[in-house]
Amino acid sequence: MIKDDKNLKVRKSHRLRVKIEGKVVGFLVGCAAFITILVTISIVWNLAQQSLGFFSEISIIEFFSSTRWSPILIPREFGIAPLVAGTFLVMIISSFVAVPIGLAVAIFLAEYAPNNIRKILRPMLEVLAGIPTVVYGYFALTFVTPLLKLVFDDMIIFNALSAGLVMGIMIIPFVSSLTEDALISVPNSLRQASYALGATKFETSIKVVVPAALSGIVAAFILGLSRAIGETMLVTIAAGATPNLTFNPIESIQTMTAYIVQLALGEAAHGSVEYQSIYAVGILLFIITFAMNTLGHWVVRRWRNVY
Amino acid sequence: MSTKIDINSSSLSKRKLIGFLFISFCLLGVLVALMGLMSLLVQVIIQGYEWVTPNLIFNYPSRHPEQAGLWAALIGTLYMMGLTALITVPVGVGAAIYLEEYAPKNWFTSFVEINTSNLAGVPSIVYGLLGLSIFVYFLKLERSILAGSLTMSLLILPVLILTSREAIKSVPIAHREAAFALGGDRWQVVRMAVLPTAFPGILTGIILALSRAIGEAAPMVAITALVYITFVPVTPMDRFTVLPIQIFNWVSRPQDEFRGLAAGGIIILLILLLSMNSIAVILRNKYQVRSEE
Repeated sequence: MIKDDKNLKVRKSHRLRVKIEGKVVGFLVGCAAFITILVTISIVWNLAQQSLGFFSEISIIEFFSSTRWSPILIPREFGIAPLVAGTFLVMIISSFVAVPIGLAVAIFLAEYAPNNIRKILRPMLEVLAGIPTVVYGYFALTFVTPLLKLVFDDMIIFNALSAGLVMGIMIIPFVSSLTEDALISVPNSLRQASYALGATKFETSIKVVVPAALSGIVAAFILGLSRAIGETMLVTIAAGATPNLTFNPIESIQTMTAYIVQLALGEAAHGSVEYQSIYAVGILLFIITFAMNTLGHWVVRRWRNVY
Repeated sequence: MSTKIDINSSSLSKRKLIGFLFISFCLLGVLVALMGLMSLLVQVIIQGYEWVTPNLIFNYPSRHPEQAGLWAALIGTLYMMGLTALITVPVGVGAAIYLEEYAPKNWFTSFVEINTSNLAGVPSIVYGLLGLSIFVYFLKLERSILAGSLTMSLLILPVLILTSREAIKSVPIAHREAAFALGGDRWQVVRMAVLPTAFPGILTGIILALSRAIGEAAPMVAITALVYITFVPVTPMDRFTVLPIQIFNWVSRPQDEFRGLAAGGIIILLILLLSMNSIAVILRNKYQVRSEE
């Protein structure tokens, strides 16, 4: 009896320990999840606070209306337009590559490719996706630019075209894997119904599967382009450092991200206007990409056909 | 429906021709993507192979290209990866466990979920700005390897959470039910039934997240600024540089020799990445086989 009682006590203390341990772990993992929210808050707070400092010296009207960006050279002028134009120029060029090819690759993988080819092709695309962006920058500068120079004689070494084309190649795997996911989630019964009506494989893919997956495909494009906007090293290396309000792709430009890098490299004095200007550019970049990502996720949720 | 389907055979052959043209277009797309990859690799190897020497690996950076090396950057990268893993893994896996196993279905949970996917889409340079003002200036960590690792941890945290959640999600619900039926409480179930099965998947996620961090240069540029480092970092408070920054530094110079050095550096970086990725692929294959049993 006495022995049993002791066992019971041991078991009780063990159970208590388990209970406390469970509570502590539950609290800790909850904290870990909360940290993610803390990160978002600090990103927004930090960007907002630093750019408020910037906008107390430079009027927000000048920021959006002036067409010259000259943060260091006197006369200083802070008009964001050239940086935004440069960013969107590269994005548009990259979309000419990434959208059609990404879609083609995805349709091929999801609808046409036999299993063994898919098994080879997917890892290769993953390799493409895993290559660091400095490497793409090197590739644009030392391979694509000399190649383009054969076509465009008067092209400047650092130019938007080369950076944009390579950026397009870079985001192909991103666009194609999201698109492929959307295509794969279309149920087979739809394809079978289409075949049963006498449609060819092409007609089934384009008139049945693609429309059914359209929301996912559009979202893939939006998310891919948002990635192109936020991409940094490639444009820093290959697109140049001249804020230039132009839509001529063979000219040298500067994107928002490249400007941030250029200034960060120079160790701008902490607290100076040019130091704060990178946060003003940063918050605009954050807002644009955040809006595009939210739009992308919204398109998926809003227009998804649930099967 | 306006689409009229003709059944006479000449129209069918036309339709088949269109289908053939379409698949040719798709194949062309695949070809362009693969050509891009191939020409990139070939270009790097042709330009860089003769620069991959013991000098490149074991020397410090130098103004003379034939003596320049990336020893400091290589050690800096490995050091930073270690620290980053120490910081991110508990937080990332913890958050994933919370979201999959503990979180009640309420607004907070869905907010954390949306927030995580949004964080994954924030441009990496923005994390650099965050690290610069929070870690470097506000917490006064200076431009140290610790500040760099903390910044990198924040950057890969969403990726790690997403992949760990996938791994935890793929553990069959029966494992949990069996463990609960044996009288386990939530943590015991997670520790003894869920985590052991999810472990290879989580490990794959960790390796992939770290391999993303190895190649990221943008946030590190903001943290380290322009550096010329001729020592190996010892304490977490030392200044440092990493491989992609060293490569960026060499690419930015106009001389051909430095371009060659950059290509050599890229080869080293790609070898490092490739070996990490193959470990991840091997783990994943092993894991997939097991879950099908």
